[in-house]
Amino acid sequence: MRRASPRAVRLLLLASLALAGCGIDVEGRSDEPVAGAGAPAHGDTFIQSSISDIAGLIPNITSDSASHEVGGLVYDGLVRTDRNLDWTGQLAESWTFSRDCMTLTFKLRQNVRWHDGQPFTAADVLFTYQTMIHPKTPTAYKDDFLVVKDAEVLDPYTFRVTYSRPHARALQSWGLNMLPKHLLERYVADGKLKESPQNSQPIGTGPYRFREWKSGEKIVLVANPDYYEGRPYIGRIVYRIIPSQGTIFLELKARGVDLASLTALQYVRQTEYPAFRKAYRKYRYPSSGYTYFGFNLKDPRFADRRVRQAFAHAINKQELIDGVVLGMARDATGPLRPGTWAYTNRVKRYEYDPEKARALLAEAGWKDRDGDGLVEDKEGRPFTFTIRTNQGNEERKKVAEIIQQRLKEVGVGVEIQILEWSSFLKEFIKKKRFEAIVMGWGVGTDPDQYVVWHSSQNGPDQLNHISYANPEVDALLEAGRSSCAQPDRVRYYHRLQEVMAEDLPVIFLYFRDALPVVASRVRGVEPAPAGIFYNFTEWFVPRELQRYTSG
Amino acid sequence: MALFALRRFLLAIPLLIGITFVSFLVIHLAPGEPVEVQTGDLSVQSTAQARQALRELYGLDKPFHVQYWKWLTRVVQLDFGRSFQPDGRPVLTKIGERLPITLLLNAVEMLLIMAVAVPIGVLSATRQYSLFDKVTTIFVFVGFATPDFWLALLLMILFGVQLGWLPISGLRSLNSEYLAFWPQQWDFISHLILPVVVATFGGLAGFSRYMRQSMLEVVRQDYIQTARAKGLPEQIVIGKHALRNALLPVVTILGLSLPGLIGGSVIVESIFAIPGMGQLMVQAVFSRDYPLIMGNLVIVAGLTLVANLCADLAYGIVDPRIRMAARRRRR
Amino acid sequence: MPALRGRSEFRVFWRTFKRNRLAVCAGIVVGILVALAVLAPVLAPWDPNKPDTRRILAGPSASHWLGTDQLGRDVLARVLYGARISLAVGFISVGIAAVIGIILGSAAGYHGGLADAVIMRLVDLMLVFPRFFLLLAVLAFLQPSIWTIMAVIGVTGWMGVARLVRAEFLTLKEREFVIWSESVGASASRVIFRHILPNAMAPVLVAMTLGIPAAILTESGLSFLGLGVQPPYATWGNILNDGKDSIEIAWWMTVYPGLAILVTVLSYNLLGEGIRDALDPRLRQAVSRFARPQR
Repeated sequence: MRRASPRAVRLLLLASLALAGCGIDVEGRSDEPVAGAGAPAHGDTFIQSSISDIAGLIPNITSDSASHEVGGLVYDGLVRTDRNLDWTGQLAESWTFSRDCMTLTFKLRQNVRWHDGQPFTAADVLFTYQTMIHPKTPTAYKDDFLVVKDAEVLDPYTFRVTYSRPHARALQSWGLNMLPKHLLERYVADGKLKESPQNSQPIGTGPYRFREWKSGEKIVLVANPDYYEGRPYIGRIVYRIIPSQGTIFLELKARGVDLASLTALQYVRQTEYPAFRKAYRKYRYPSSGYTYFGFNLKDPRFADRRVRQAFAHAINKQELIDGVVLGMARDATGPLRPGTWAYTNRVKRYEYDPEKARALLAEAGWKDRDGDGLVEDKEGRPFTFTIRTNQGNEERKKVAEIIQQRLKEVGVGVEIQILEWSSFLKEFIKKKRFEAIVMGWGVGTDPDQYVVWHSSQNGPDQLNHISYANPEVDALLEAGRSSCAQPDRVRYYHRLQEVMAEDLPVIFLYFRDALPVVASRVRGVEPAPAGIFYNFTEWFVPRELQRYTSG
Repeated sequence: MALFALRRFLLAIPLLIGITFVSFLVIHLAPGEPVEVQTGDLSVQSTAQARQALRELYGLDKPFHVQYWKWLTRVVQLDFGRSFQPDGRPVLTKIGERLPITLLLNAVEMLLIMAVAVPIGVLSATRQYSLFDKVTTIFVFVGFATPDFWLALLLMILFGVQLGWLPISGLRSLNSEYLAFWPQQWDFISHLILPVVVATFGGLAGFSRYMRQSMLEVVRQDYIQTARAKGLPEQIVIGKHALRNALLPVVTILGLSLPGLIGGSVIVESIFAIPGMGQLMVQAVFSRDYPLIMGNLVIVAGLTLVANLCADLAYGIVDPRIRMAARRRRR
Repeated sequence: MPALRGRSEFRVFWRTFKRNRLAVCAGIVVGILVALAVLAPVLAPWDPNKPDTRRILAGPSASHWLGTDQLGRDVLARVLYGARISLAVGFISVGIAAVIGIILGSAAGYHGGLADAVIMRLVDLMLVFPRFFLLLAVLAFLQPSIWTIMAVIGVTGWMGVARLVRAEFLTLKEREFVIWSESVGASASRVIFRHILPNAMAPVLVAMTLGIPAAILTESGLSFLGLGVQPPYATWGNILNDGKDSIEIAWWMTVYPGLAILVTVLSYNLLGEGIRDALDPRLRQAVSRFARPQR
């Protein structure tokens, strides 16, 4: 089970990476003649597959990627990211920041209606904000809204929010799904949001309307004919819930689904035959999540930077990428996404060099003193530790196995322990009872990662569980998040990446590629820096190629 | 006999309560918390306050026995509460959606296994060491040893992808609502064929070997010789006398398999994308969805106890030796 | 195993057993399997845990007789080393289950009354708990390792044996030879161990022989859920599991460990049944000998 940040996942669907200028290629191949592609036509049904069932129909209170994916079509936010990963208005027509960066004023679209016909107004925005900060709302996304000092409705289509300090992620946070005040008001006060009819018959403002959810089987959405950007072409979307990757692949081969995410192995080795390439188009672009090899920095062995650097030299990253994802990933040198505006790769690198690794270890006091193949410290204790990771993730398991072998070659003994997610989190991560871990982070568009790396975020329920504390990094994080002047932020974050690459609190491994395939009858899929899903509402199937009714 | 039944029934009630208490204890002792899964555990955007608020909301910060008592008093009124997962639906609803299909699948599988295993067992016994015996032995053990998912995938590739005769996964086709009545039924049945075949193939070994063994023992008994000596045709000897006695231990095994009937196999369900009880329970455990886990356990426990009671009664009635012994003891 | 009183009894058993060709073959195969497992370090041509990312999922070839897995490790080496763990898991967990089951089943069946009621309620309790749930909870507690897995499979699998033993006790208790020996004043344990238990062993043996491969398959099921033996150690179950997503392009990853499991299943069962058949007629003779004074 991958636990990428849902925000990041949502962005993955609506956008992808790259800022203007940093063009990273997106592959899109098709073997169907594009000439005579057919005019855009309404209709047809698009069948998607989902490995897990949605947890609920109000994504504000869920955290699984499936419910955010579905929610992204039923609900809208004030802003969203466009094909170049820039912010563009969705329910908001425009917005302005005040000069001190602390006040944000949105001008909302007029004539937007909820799926039940009621008008959408700024009162709904205020209501959604109040819901998010209400103590009885079980949501994971309060953080960004707790910084708000004041929120007000200036007129039915103008909404102003003032922050208690400059908050760079402000704009990103308003990509939040808007909830209807007229339907949910009375449930929020009692904390009964989960029991509201909204959780079984959601009403949003999005391009698709909810039709049906058969638990464990399927979710059906139909096009919203009154959508303010125009009625989406694809008439109906069905999510088939298929919990097994192997089965999804077979359904793909039997043309039972129109969209699926491939594993690296399937992409490289199992989908190269003519019939498949005729029926589907394969795409590949960097996703927003990276995998890392982390350490408990309170453990004196790992607190020594030379040890971490030695490990970095002992690991052959290219071999790792080739072995684990068959090359379908980009090298990660830091926590920011390649291609985003704050990214830089002009940082220290660690080539595969076992000799250097051994030298660094020796410097730190670890030598093989008794000839048994393992290095020991001055007291003769051998360097052995356990790498822990969560069950359900083949990639992380393979990463751990390769690291284990490579570290063995420089004299460090590694055991692997794979643990069930919930107990892993509670017993090991939160209680900081671990030595090393292989995990991942999902990264949003905004480069602010204060909650992960700042030394103050070290509490049992907080996210800096590796206990990283570097004063320079702290200062840079604080500066970066409270400024909204882009050039300043670029400076801060470049410096941050340099420092982190030198200091190496974790060994950053790779950003894996997203590998979706789409049925070839679907037109309008345009690979862009943001991926392929940013313009989903413009995809269509020409009349003569439509396979299903859309009713 | 009636007294025996009544006594067992009354005993079952405290047993049920005991089971719930132990279950409650076990799942609360298991590490991990529902709050984690709720608040996105490692989402870069959740906070400590949010988690604490959730804990209070669900009463998870109260001591264990308080939580148990609250749960028990509600259950007695048949209120199983709502799921902790974000969809928040009533536990009974969630179970009610999945129980029928699991029961159906398992019942069909059980019937099919009996229908195949009993004749195989009987025939193997009467033709011990013959070619038939050896071939069926190997056949059922292949079924037992073959991993479910492997067979499932193979059959899906053959019948679903290459031949296209049967659907690959799910319960119904997308357009099933638009079909006429009989085509709709066939659509449903065709989706169940592969899962039932896979499940049956794996379960044949246990039953058929027991049947064979039981038959072999019975056939050697004196009274069989007597029956033969009396000149009864072999059909009657085997079919009537031997078979009835040989079925007794099989009834025991049937009783043992009942919890499985209501449980459902996670592997088969996830490969075939069937929304059954197995997946529901696994999902509940992984998200520490206490109300759903407890509801599940209570229902499964209740049904199992009832089924076991019936099986014991049946065994007691059918096996004259036990009846005789009981009568002797009472004197 | 029943007390083999004297060499003549053993010879009778052996003679009967030898006649069953199939069982003898099975016995030899079991012996070979155990030998292969023990000799794995000598026989394996490659290090089973060393990845080689240039040869991921390579088919059977001269250098890798059974192909390679998803990290380029040699499948033959992994199957050999896997035999050690898989067979150990099978033996030990079934052994644990059998011991617990026999003890509790005998107590319930022989004494009846309160002991019977309490033990049977315990059996019901254990049976009602979904096994997976119990495994998960316990493994989460104890952290999965090969020892905890063996213990857990054993401790959650004794109920069948207990019920069988109890059922045998219930029926055998009423048999003439038992009543006779009780009336003669034999102590309870003597009655249990010399008379009832040997007769009860037959169905238990069948249960155990079916249990060994079942334990191996349970470990495979646990690997499916990610709770099996920790990486990188191979077991037949986790090689199978690793191979399930590449069945079409890497059949060797599922076929070979599958064959290994199949051969193990067949041999153990045929062996077990052979032993049981060889014991059975001998016991019947003993029984009728014993019962003669009654007539």
